[in-house]
Amino acid sequence: MMLKIEDLHAGIEGKEILKGINLEVNAGEVHAIMGPNGSGKSTMSNVLVGHPKYGVTQGKITFKGQDLLAMTAEERSHQGMFMSFQYPVEIPGVSMTNFMRTAINEKRKALGQQPLSPTDFLKLIKEKRDLVKLDAKFMNRSVNEGFSGGEKKRNEIFQMAMLEPSLSILDETDSGLDIDALRIVADGVNRLKSPETSVIVITHYQRLLDYIKPDIVHVLYQGRIIKTAGPELALELEERGYDWVIKEFEDSQK
Amino acid sequence: MSAGKNYIDIFSGNRDLIDKGSAGAMNALRDKALDCLVRNGLPHKGLEEYLHTDVEEWFEPDWGMNLSRIDMHVDQAQAFKCNVPNLSTQLYFLANDEFAASDTAQKAQLPDGVYVGSLRQAARINPGIVEPYYGKLADMDRPGIAAFNTMFAQDGMLVYIPDGVVMEKTLQLVTLLQSPVDLLTNRRILIVLGRNSQLKFLLCDHTLTTNNFLSTQVVEIFAGQGSNLEFYDLEETHNANRRVSELYISQEADSHIEADYVTLHNGQTRNTVFSTFAGRGAFLSLNGIAITDREQHVDNMTFVDHRVSDCTSTELFKYVLDEQSTGAFAGKVLVRHGAQHTESQQTNRNICLTRQARMFTQPQLEIYADDVKCSHGATVGQLDENAMFYMRQRGIPEAEARMMLMQAFVGEVIGHVSLEPLRDRLNRLVEKRLRGELSKCEGCRACR
Repeated sequence: MMLKIEDLHAGIEGKEILKGINLEVNAGEVHAIMGPNGSGKSTMSNVLVGHPKYGVTQGKITFKGQDLLAMTAEERSHQGMFMSFQYPVEIPGVSMTNFMRTAINEKRKALGQQPLSPTDFLKLIKEKRDLVKLDAKFMNRSVNEGFSGGEKKRNEIFQMAMLEPSLSILDETDSGLDIDALRIVADGVNRLKSPETSVIVITHYQRLLDYIKPDIVHVLYQGRIIKTAGPELALELEERGYDWVIKEFEDSQK
Repeated sequence: MSAGKNYIDIFSGNRDLIDKGSAGAMNALRDKALDCLVRNGLPHKGLEEYLHTDVEEWFEPDWGMNLSRIDMHVDQAQAFKCNVPNLSTQLYFLANDEFAASDTAQKAQLPDGVYVGSLRQAARINPGIVEPYYGKLADMDRPGIAAFNTMFAQDGMLVYIPDGVVMEKTLQLVTLLQSPVDLLTNRRILIVLGRNSQLKFLLCDHTLTTNNFLSTQVVEIFAGQGSNLEFYDLEETHNANRRVSELYISQEADSHIEADYVTLHNGQTRNTVFSTFAGRGAFLSLNGIAITDREQHVDNMTFVDHRVSDCTSTELFKYVLDEQSTGAFAGKVLVRHGAQHTESQQTNRNICLTRQARMFTQPQLEIYADDVKCSHGATVGQLDENAMFYMRQRGIPEAEARMMLMQAFVGEVIGHVSLEPLRDRLNRLVEKRLRGELSKCEGCRACR
């Protein structure tokens, strides 16, 4: 099992947003988490990657057999968790190359491996850049600084490719992308897919799911997963909106 | 006033000794300097320009000065720490406040008419290149240290570059403070650049022994028409060091100066810069970095006087303050009547890493001309939390992420350094400093 979330309650600044999430993700699976605005999608991804502003009040998360909540954000990353940010952060003065080299070598250090040689590192960069069609000039620039919206998202997938995570969380990766950029990003994600890796796609819209096909679709509403089904659910949500699922859920609670 | 009075007595009682250990032009200004000190006293917290740094208090202990010019042993080999890999410099020393040239510098063939050496010696044998300049920029009759320094300074360095001469090699002056007892030193540096001459000058300020030091430093720079100067002042002293420095610059038309202050490690520091544009089309880039922790204190005050039209000044000062350290920056830009087409930009950005660290910043812009482009900005903040988290998500541990962000922050200033080997060296020094490696200088008492 890649990830197991049990009765997760979490929130920010004392306000409970997730109210009992249960979720199981197996290796090789692609899960989509959909839901209306304010349902807790971003909270869920931030809690998973260990954002210090979010607090867990109850529940348990197991990641590759380990207690995820006992790990720092960087340890989670070393163990193979990756999040593509909805709003990638600009870091003036830190070059992409320096940033990536540090990230890769810190992970290797944590796993007891030797640092990558400069030649191997450059080779790796070249290979992964090609995957998302990211120009070489970006490597000398500061992280995300002066990148367009599409370039920032491609840069996220480039970093994902570099770090070879076992679980990737794509947080609203489609927001702000035109159709070409969306295709490049999705193509990158698909090429990185393997029977050993899993993906959680968090999205408001079905659009991205045309390109990254989910195995399982969940609907998050008011901090709970109220429906889980196959990929056809995404299409149905696109067509009919969320109201019917919410009504179905509310009726079942009566 | 009490501290100042004490030194007035010392001065009067030792006047012969002071003169004997110095020469001509330096001695000639001492009476005037005494008048000024009697009138103004030492700079204290009651003055607006010294609000955050009580320099007078630093003088209160009964400091010893080497007025009789006893030969003090100073280990010049220690200057190897200042080696800049891949940068070949002509190396000179101020052993406490006594000038010395390295063996190679002594043998070096300097271009015709160039003088690089002891200020006292020059005042003795070649007064023609000292008298017209010495003390002509330093304003002794205002709150500051110029009067005190002029009273007591007995030696220092003179760099005199005649018209049209380009000094290829960087001149490096290493100040080494080494003494068996607490010591007050007074050093004086005079740089005279002829028309269209060029010079790169690197000043490194070091303490070698762990006792208390207080240094006064006055630098005067005359930049002739079309001249080009890079001036770097790097302080790397220990916690028991106090330094009060003043830099006076006068720029003729079309001259170009880059002046950078780097306070890498220190005790208490006050640097003041007075810069005047005397001719049109001149350019000044004035920058600074301060990295502080513990009880350290760095106060930089700059005053840029746009006296004539068509000149450009840019300032960028950045501070990273950790623990209980404090910083101050006050920058005044004066654009006088008629100084049209002035361009001036002043920026001061600061990061306080703890709740105890304090930064005081005060930009001041006074403009009396209407066709100018002037701006200033100051910020005090913390490291960007979003950037921190982004880096941690990618597997960069928190401590490393902080380090990288701080280095990136001050790196913007280092980017101004045009000597590439020096830029690399500064980046490495800053990294070492931020990692806490520089403050461990062989377990010395003063840095613990």
